[in-house]
Amino acid sequence: MAVYLDHAATSPIRPEVLLRYTADLALVGNPSSVHGFGQRARMVVEDAREKLAATIGCHRSEVIFTSGGTEADNLAIKGLYWSRFKADNRRRIIISTAAEHHAVLDALEWLESHGPEDHRAELHLLELDANGNFDLSELENFLTERADEVALISLMWANNETGVVSPIAKVCQIAREHGVPVHSDAVAAFGHVPVHFAGSGLSLLTITAHKIGGPVGVGALIVSRDIELVPVSHGGGHERKLRSGTLNAAGAGAFALAASEVRATLTERAERDAALKATLLAAVKEIVPTAQITAENAETLPSTVHIRFTDCPGDSLLVLLDLKGIAVSTGSACQAGVINASHVMLAMGRDENAASECIRVSFGYNTTEGDIEEFLAALPAAYAGARKAGEAR
Amino acid sequence: MKVLAAMSGGVDSAVAAARAVEAGHEVVGVHLALSRNAGTLRTGSRGCCTIEDSMDAQRACNVLGIPYYVWDFSDRFKEQVVDDFIAEYQAGRTPNPCMRCNERIKFAALLEKALAMGFDAVCTGHYASLLTDDAGNLELHRSNEMAKDQSYVLGVLTAEQLSHSMFPLGKEASKADVRAEADRRGLAVANKPDSYDICFIPEGDTQDWITEKVGGKVPGQIIDVDGNVLGKHEGSFGYTVGQRKGLRIGKPAPDGNPRYVLSISPKTNTVVVGPQAALAVSELAGTRFSWCGVAPSQVNEFFDIGVQVRAHGEEVAAQAAVIGGELVIRVKEPIIGVAPGQTAVLYVGSRVLGQTTIDRTVSAVAGDLEALAENIAAGA
Repeated sequence: MAVYLDHAATSPIRPEVLLRYTADLALVGNPSSVHGFGQRARMVVEDAREKLAATIGCHRSEVIFTSGGTEADNLAIKGLYWSRFKADNRRRIIISTAAEHHAVLDALEWLESHGPEDHRAELHLLELDANGNFDLSELENFLTERADEVALISLMWANNETGVVSPIAKVCQIAREHGVPVHSDAVAAFGHVPVHFAGSGLSLLTITAHKIGGPVGVGALIVSRDIELVPVSHGGGHERKLRSGTLNAAGAGAFALAASEVRATLTERAERDAALKATLLAAVKEIVPTAQITAENAETLPSTVHIRFTDCPGDSLLVLLDLKGIAVSTGSACQAGVINASHVMLAMGRDENAASECIRVSFGYNTTEGDIEEFLAALPAAYAGARKAGEAR
Repeated sequence: MKVLAAMSGGVDSAVAAARAVEAGHEVVGVHLALSRNAGTLRTGSRGCCTIEDSMDAQRACNVLGIPYYVWDFSDRFKEQVVDDFIAEYQAGRTPNPCMRCNERIKFAALLEKALAMGFDAVCTGHYASLLTDDAGNLELHRSNEMAKDQSYVLGVLTAEQLSHSMFPLGKEASKADVRAEADRRGLAVANKPDSYDICFIPEGDTQDWITEKVGGKVPGQIIDVDGNVLGKHEGSFGYTVGQRKGLRIGKPAPDGNPRYVLSISPKTNTVVVGPQAALAVSELAGTRFSWCGVAPSQVNEFFDIGVQVRAHGEEVAAQAAVIGGELVIRVKEPIIGVAPGQTAVLYVGSRVLGQTTIDRTVSAVAGDLEALAENIAAGA
């Protein structure tokens, strides 16, 4: 009777990945050691690197394993900013949007507020419309005027709250004409829409295992061969000296296996998710006619549904659904358990009130029609209760 | 019953929740986020508003096997407790923020939200007992553990609020028992220190905190009851009636006895000081009163009660009556340490009868000190 519809937060580990992962945890040897034990562990890592490279569309040496998405984003943004600034100290502008994941946003804000005044980054955040889309011509005009001062562009492939998909290939095309490298956080997109590194034109790409049925604690930054990064953490010089720290062989193996599984099942899952999403949205509109589907007319992930229920606090709705065993999310960041108004919705022009009246329902590889039915069955009572709680505010 | 357990992160609320679970209720733990900028770690004897406290509450819920959520009441807390606290100080009164928090947050905002979401009652770790009289009406009584009795701060509750309240620690608990029980139940907060201070004020400097909140210093005069100027202060809002320390007058009274704040006049920004004897009060009154449970049948003529004017104060014999919309309390023997803004809680035996916020006091010796301060300021 427990229904898990919060795969965008983390997705359950796939059974075959769990088997592989637990078996590899028993491996003896540091992948960097010279002896036979080390070589066998290294083989697991390098098999994984090759397999992941094939899945994501890059060269094996472009895969830098990290501890997850946050570390990869920090390495991408700080590493590229410092390297681009070092090569030419006019390059201090970073182009992004206010709807990025906090792993990106907070790294940007850190670069904007730390270090000597003339070393600090200057943020240029592209405006978002009500559907979460930015204007490509605004980007193009800005680059035409000031490309010499731009260190990098960082734009997520798909938004983790709303599921809105960015036109990454077009961004990269424009950026290339102006010689500006682009990073994309594809943590939310990977496994739900086709993500191909070489085909995208990106210089840097972030992915992580636990959103696609792999374990928590392993991710990767794909770093194009022609890109120089300044390392963020220092140590034994692992991963092309970009990411020191003992390699996580079992994690890498499990990540690569999960990645190849999602690649193999992508088309079929996308079709199934689109159908589940259509069913869900139609039923929600019937139950709550005033419900507003976020970015309904934009391109969104088939696996993510983001809805605003007017006059119905999202946190109360979440609690009432949870007490019925149904796990969804408000999508927004939570600090010490307090759910904040969604910064993504604020960036899309919603007011504080609207930004706190949303929930996100997200599907994963093992989501079934039955899960959707149970969610819909619990929704009317939870909605009514949360509305009342909203009036009591 | 579906019970919402308010979890501060302390040992009392954890054990109260545990007892509610054991009594067979369907319990959900909720921690109230009351500060917009919660500190990371607990410091000193403040005990409810840091992230560490919230983690303690969550851990207790995990151990009890009940769901746990954090509800954000920080906006309402700021408006109705913190801002009220500052406004009361500015008006020369001495507020009790814990009382306001119970009145406006825990048994109002939280209770309303809980009822809206389908809960039947709110459970807290207060030391007080709920009993039923012969007619089936709920009565709030002092805890058997007098040293920890918290019925005073619950005096603001109405019959309706009592009917949705649960105080599992009230009847038999002593603090030592509660700690031992927490330990037995595997609750890590068993040895967490008690909290005493006002949760939203950094340790020990109410005066500096208020000065900052009201936007800086406003110099004024400190005078005695004869109108002699004894010194200067940096804002009358920084003082409370009965205060002895921090007056910075420099010289003692002619008789060598310490001087106390007798009255504060925000209008003239004047602080009146005098001997302790002048603090004696014979009558207190307020228009903001309420009955805790069933109201007494005859309130227009003076009837015998006990009255307590501070959370950890003594109860003294008095008489009370409602006269012209004001609850008037006449104490049998003059009392000291009572100031406008404080709450007077009325008792009959161990039962809490009601309360009023004190608007005015009548000195047992001097006349109207506020009028005196105004006259002196006008003359000068």
